[in-house]
Amino acid sequence: MPSLTINGEAHEFNGDPNMPLLWYVRDMLNLTGTKFGCGAGVCGACTVHVDGVAVRSCQVPLTEVAGKSVTTIEGLSPEGDHEVQKAWRKVNVPQCGFCQAGQIMQAASLLAKNRAPSDAEIVEAMSGNICRCGCYQRIHEAVRLAAGGV
Amino acid sequence: MLQYLKAEADRGRTPVIDAEISNVSRRGLLTGILGVGAFVLSVRLSLVDAKEAHKPYPTGGLKMPDGVVADPHVFIAIAPNGDVSIVTHRSEMGTGIRTSLPMVVADEMCADWSRVHLVQAPGDEPRYGNQDTDGSRSMRHFIQPMRQCGAAMRQMLETAAAAKWNVDPAMCQARNHEVVLLDNEKKETGKVLPFGELAQAAMALPVPAVETILYKSPDEFTLMGKGEVQIADLHNITVGKAGYGADVRLPGMKFAVMARPAVLGGRIKSYDASAALKVPGVHSVQEIAGVFAVPRKFAQLGGIAVVADSTYAAMQGRDALTIEWEDGPNVSYNSDSFTKEMSETAAKPGKVLRNQGDPDAAFAASKDIVTAEYHSQHLVQAPMEPLVAIARIADGKAEIWSCVQSPYGARKDIAEALKMPIENVTVHVSLLGGGFGRKSKWDFMLEAALLSQKLDGAPVLLQWTREDDIQHSFYHTTSVERIDVALDDKGKVTGWRHRTVAPSIVSTFKQDDGYQFPIEYGMGFVDVPFDVPNVRCENGQAMAHTRIGWFRSVSNVQRAFAVQSAVAEVAHKIGRDPKDFLLELIGPDRHIDPKASGFPDDFWNYGEPYEEFPINTARLKNVVRVAAEKAGWGKTLPAREGMGIAAHRSFASYVASVVHVKIDDDGTIRVPHVTSAIDCGFHVNPERIRSQMEGAAVMGMSNALYSGITFKNGAVQQSNYFDYNVTRMSNYPQKVDVHIIEAPWGVHAGGVGEPGVPPFAPALANAIFAASGKRLRNLPMGEKLA
Repeated sequence: MPSLTINGEAHEFNGDPNMPLLWYVRDMLNLTGTKFGCGAGVCGACTVHVDGVAVRSCQVPLTEVAGKSVTTIEGLSPEGDHEVQKAWRKVNVPQCGFCQAGQIMQAASLLAKNRAPSDAEIVEAMSGNICRCGCYQRIHEAVRLAAGGV
Repeated sequence: MLQYLKAEADRGRTPVIDAEISNVSRRGLLTGILGVGAFVLSVRLSLVDAKEAHKPYPTGGLKMPDGVVADPHVFIAIAPNGDVSIVTHRSEMGTGIRTSLPMVVADEMCADWSRVHLVQAPGDEPRYGNQDTDGSRSMRHFIQPMRQCGAAMRQMLETAAAAKWNVDPAMCQARNHEVVLLDNEKKETGKVLPFGELAQAAMALPVPAVETILYKSPDEFTLMGKGEVQIADLHNITVGKAGYGADVRLPGMKFAVMARPAVLGGRIKSYDASAALKVPGVHSVQEIAGVFAVPRKFAQLGGIAVVADSTYAAMQGRDALTIEWEDGPNVSYNSDSFTKEMSETAAKPGKVLRNQGDPDAAFAASKDIVTAEYHSQHLVQAPMEPLVAIARIADGKAEIWSCVQSPYGARKDIAEALKMPIENVTVHVSLLGGGFGRKSKWDFMLEAALLSQKLDGAPVLLQWTREDDIQHSFYHTTSVERIDVALDDKGKVTGWRHRTVAPSIVSTFKQDDGYQFPIEYGMGFVDVPFDVPNVRCENGQAMAHTRIGWFRSVSNVQRAFAVQSAVAEVAHKIGRDPKDFLLELIGPDRHIDPKASGFPDDFWNYGEPYEEFPINTARLKNVVRVAAEKAGWGKTLPAREGMGIAAHRSFASYVASVVHVKIDDDGTIRVPHVTSAIDCGFHVNPERIRSQMEGAAVMGMSNALYSGITFKNGAVQQSNYFDYNVTRMSNYPQKVDVHIIEAPWGVHAGGVGEPGVPPFAPALANAIFAASGKRLRNLPMGEKLA
């Protein structure tokens, strides 16, 4: 019976403790900003923060996040004004937009531990997040912009 | 707005909004740009009639099912507070069309973009005109109707103001969300009426006759051509509130996944669901019958659905199913042997589709012949959002929510499958997390509708997993393209013979005979625009053993790869610069004459009337010159670096790309720079054209280096992004410079979503050759040079 905090709110779950965090937030809590892309941890669309660190929520069973603090895209900033979100809008990153919540959570996690990532560090951090529309040039630019202050 | 909607519903018309899905525009303007009004307010618009500013021309849109609609009452509603709702009837899958078409309306009607709300239309083509968002034709077919709607509504607002002021309508002038009263010298009197105050009266007016509608002249556009408007969903996307296919939540909704046959045509012999039903959270297991009669079109494959409290429980239940399948004859499909067969077919004469001059004589008399064969594997669209649909049936009425490119086509088939009159079926359109052609086939929506029916109408969300998506698509075809080029003793090209062998999309729509249809052979094959006296294009037979469908750019992908690689191969053979040789091969400025060039009688020009959208060699050469010049073509590069160029016309637009390649010591192929030029005629949203071209380079690189679907014993061998590889940030085109050719209204708007993809792979292959001397002819080429 794991209890955990999601976007600042405490939750207890009585169902299958092996359910991945992704499906708990989407199907049980109706937090649909986190996306299902591959179910195998290889596309990054479902990226959320657990205790501030980016994880693929499709690969994290609820038992592993018991007692921890989870942040989804809905909880990143109350007004949607996190520096990464602002940079994303300034650079007009999205095309279809489906992968962008995961991209933004990944970039926010990178910048939280490295204020001035090099281009190589940005590439390394972001390479697990696929964008099939091909927004990479702008994602790279937006991460740089967010690092420098929007 | 809601009052208006209620009124619409009372009049028996389809309400144009669904509060659960539609998003209000966030009305962003690009940073650093002033609001729209400031610099246009004091200037009287010099409106002109259609003959001058908006010369109408026929497009293929008129021949699409349900054609086009240009009725402002259908597309525009103004609320008493002045908010303007504009219906956007095409599907948004990343091109920006949901924003770009309403921009056209808002600009012509002088609406303030910050007060525009978008309303996504449900599938209803008799009301909105064709909604099949495919073929890069949304702007091509709807720029004129949208200008007409906006201009008509502007005139209605001015007429309403004239009635209030009791003056001649000529004294009333709309500008920036209000109508101003002019004096006899056409100067502003200072009296104004905001749109909101005129809304009720204006919307009650009849639509002005087409010939009386006046249009803005292009120098008065405030939104069109400026690139200053952000996509309507930008803010919602960045905060996780944009609504995609799986994001609707209905009371009591269940979640489901399905097991489907691995081999096309496979049937269930027997199954045991007892273990699945023991999985916690699983409610029931339902058999969904497949359609096996040919043609299958977009019918469901059939299989076993597991219905549960959560998507996770449904997936666990599916894993616990035991199903014995009867594979059927397609179990013989193996990509390795099939490619060999296609290659053998391409070595022999095929069905002649184009014949110009006397190619046999040209080859017989040639001094030299360059022969090359180009192979490509199947591709799967693999949009980031897997297929998903939500269905609910209540009181004899079905409602479907989905990420679909063609909501009305889906609605018709769903009504038939459910045996319901079409009026009782509603298809709501969410945002699409990518489409690339897959979401114009609605098998997944039929599954959801049939499943809800089995559940006595209970609301159910049917989710495809990534494995389902990779293994049960309508695949981009696999192909062999063989090109023979005859050269005389001076190195001049005297003959061009191209053979194409590929399973056809036709197999999805009728009994397969192994031959391609006009839409496929019109894509960069029979329409090759070269100044060569003797040309023959032949099609060899290849039967389909899986579902074949369209994928972004369709046959242009393999055609541009073959043709533009072959041009560079010939240039190398005769010691010419590839760019100069390409320009020379295209030849003098002209409109290609299809008849004189031996094109087939059923030549397909992207559905457009040829006289209006001819193959214009001057435009093709221009993009080649612009891309080459901007890329610094001809400059000396370090060892293991090289540039390649390719140009291709598709979807009535012209694109050339120069790819700069750098090969790492370990053989990894990297692309530091791409320079593209696009001539898509008159254009509305240059900012989104750039993003489409940037994305086309990324998808072009996926197609060129990484992605391939292969079959073994009838089943797809790949299953997820770890074995169906796509471009990632670890190796992507680092910088894509896009040059958009300026064009007046008279150069008809062409496509944008697809034309950027075809030139990339050949330009990359040509660059690899320039950097390494190695010629790669098979797609995917692989990330590392051997």
